[in-house]
Amino acid sequence: MANQARDAAIVGIHEYPLRVAPGRSAMQIKAESISKALEDSGLKYSDVDAIYDTNEGEGGGGLGMSHYLGLKPTVIDTTAVGGSSYEFQTAHALRDIRAGKANVAILSYGSVAASNRTPIGTGGGTGAGAPNWQGNMEDSFGQTLIANYAMVAHRHMHQYGTTSADLAEISVSTRLHATRNPDAVRAMQDLQFMGTGEISVQDVLDSRVIADPLHLLECCMVSDGGGALVIASAAAARGAKKKPVWILGTGEATKYRENGGDITVSAGAQSAPIAFGEAGVKPEELDLAMIYDSFTITVATILEDLGFCKKGEYKDFAKGNRFRFDSALKPALNTDGGGLSSNHPGMRGLFLLLESVRQLRGESSSQIANAQLAIAHGNGGFLGGNHTGGSVILARD
Amino acid sequence: MPNRPQPRFPEPNSQPFWEGAKRGELLYQQCNSCNGVVFYPRMLCTHCGSLDLAWKQSKGEGTVYTYSVVRQNRNPAFSDLGAYALAYIDLDEGFRMMSNVIGVADPTKDVSIGQRVKVEFEKQDSGDYPIPVFRPV
Ligand SMILES: [Zn+2]
Repeated sequence: MANQARDAAIVGIHEYPLRVAPGRSAMQIKAESISKALEDSGLKYSDVDAIYDTNEGEGGGGLGMSHYLGLKPTVIDTTAVGGSSYEFQTAHALRDIRAGKANVAILSYGSVAASNRTPIGTGGGTGAGAPNWQGNMEDSFGQTLIANYAMVAHRHMHQYGTTSADLAEISVSTRLHATRNPDAVRAMQDLQFMGTGEISVQDVLDSRVIADPLHLLECCMVSDGGGALVIASAAAARGAKKKPVWILGTGEATKYRENGGDITVSAGAQSAPIAFGEAGVKPEELDLAMIYDSFTITVATILEDLGFCKKGEYKDFAKGNRFRFDSALKPALNTDGGGLSSNHPGMRGLFLLLESVRQLRGESSSQIANAQLAIAHGNGGFLGGNHTGGSVILARD
Repeated sequence: MPNRPQPRFPEPNSQPFWEGAKRGELLYQQCNSCNGVVFYPRMLCTHCGSLDLAWKQSKGEGTVYTYSVVRQNRNPAFSDLGAYALAYIDLDEGFRMMSNVIGVADPTKDVSIGQRVKVEFEKQDSGDYPIPVFRPV
């Protein structure tokens, strides 16, 4: 039984529709998204009294956003912990609203990673920039972002017998969802995917290996994009145009390379129980899992860590097309098409929240029948190294 | 010679490690208060918070904890290497370091989890600090 606290809700959303947006800056994408998310909420620009910002792109953080928007918020939060920043910021907005410090909060994201040709997955190990204690122990070895995640995949396969075919189930269901989402189809076209239709497990296995054991079709796209959301107190939410989507519980955690540590366990194993406990919800009750799919292994690991199945049992859990939006088995997974096939400009955490809200409003392009409860779990950084886990559990009104 | 990125200084946490590498020594830290092993090098013990850390020399022998063979890296220092094995190595003294497994004919076939490896210090065109890499024993 979910808890009955209804203190803060997501009341406005906008996902920037383009994944290739030449001539736009990240700040412009953020500002346009904020304006449209506020329009979606029905709340006024002048109602905003809290800004949460990751300081991405040319953003400038909470200070720079305030200046650009011409607002003078009294809660300013520049939490920047990679792709899960938006789950962390949602947690902080709930906390700040409960404390009576904030009433209407905005979170935004903008990136032109595709137009800038940013090599997010295959850059890495540059050996450039200011000296630092961690870079000096890693930069000489040619670690790419993909290779770091691939090391988790190898260890997962070694410990539990997971196969590439098991991991490919994630790519297959996610792509199905993308084919139903017009923005995702356009994204794949604009980013010149080899094909934009459904794919099979064999297609994934036949795609080229980028870093063993991860194949091309197990890796997210690099797009432009962004979006925004509006979080309001219960009182402010009463003035919103649409039904609020309530924030029931949140959890935050970090993890990193540790001597003797288990690389197959993510920060989600720490953040999720906190969120589930606060929400008074069990994993098996959830209709939707929006999990950061930077790579297939990210999702497999996190499904286990969130408690949908036991550690190491992903390979059995994944069988039978269970992740589809129309599956009889809960939860459906990444129903917008995910980072794999819809939207990944570098930090996907915001989109996990946006699609959760669409599902709980009944607005998704792959709508789950009678969706009541969702989790958005962001993973920021390197799954096999420094990373964060942010869990947010959401409920329909 | 390989042309890998060099460590960059000033960086006082890791400088003793790299000076050790120049002497052919693989160094790690151990806490004088709780005997906990600390790696990567830093200022305090991650087990108990003590500032009383000692540098120790590893025998340089360990096992491959996990690895990935990198097929694509946009960095020229690595794109010229061809496919190479990135790995976490668990040293016998109880610390885990990132490195590469070298000296195999085909890294996609000849590297495996649990494989025993030993450190060697690979001289570089890129600078004075040799890079500690691991070869199967
Ligand atoms: Zn100690």
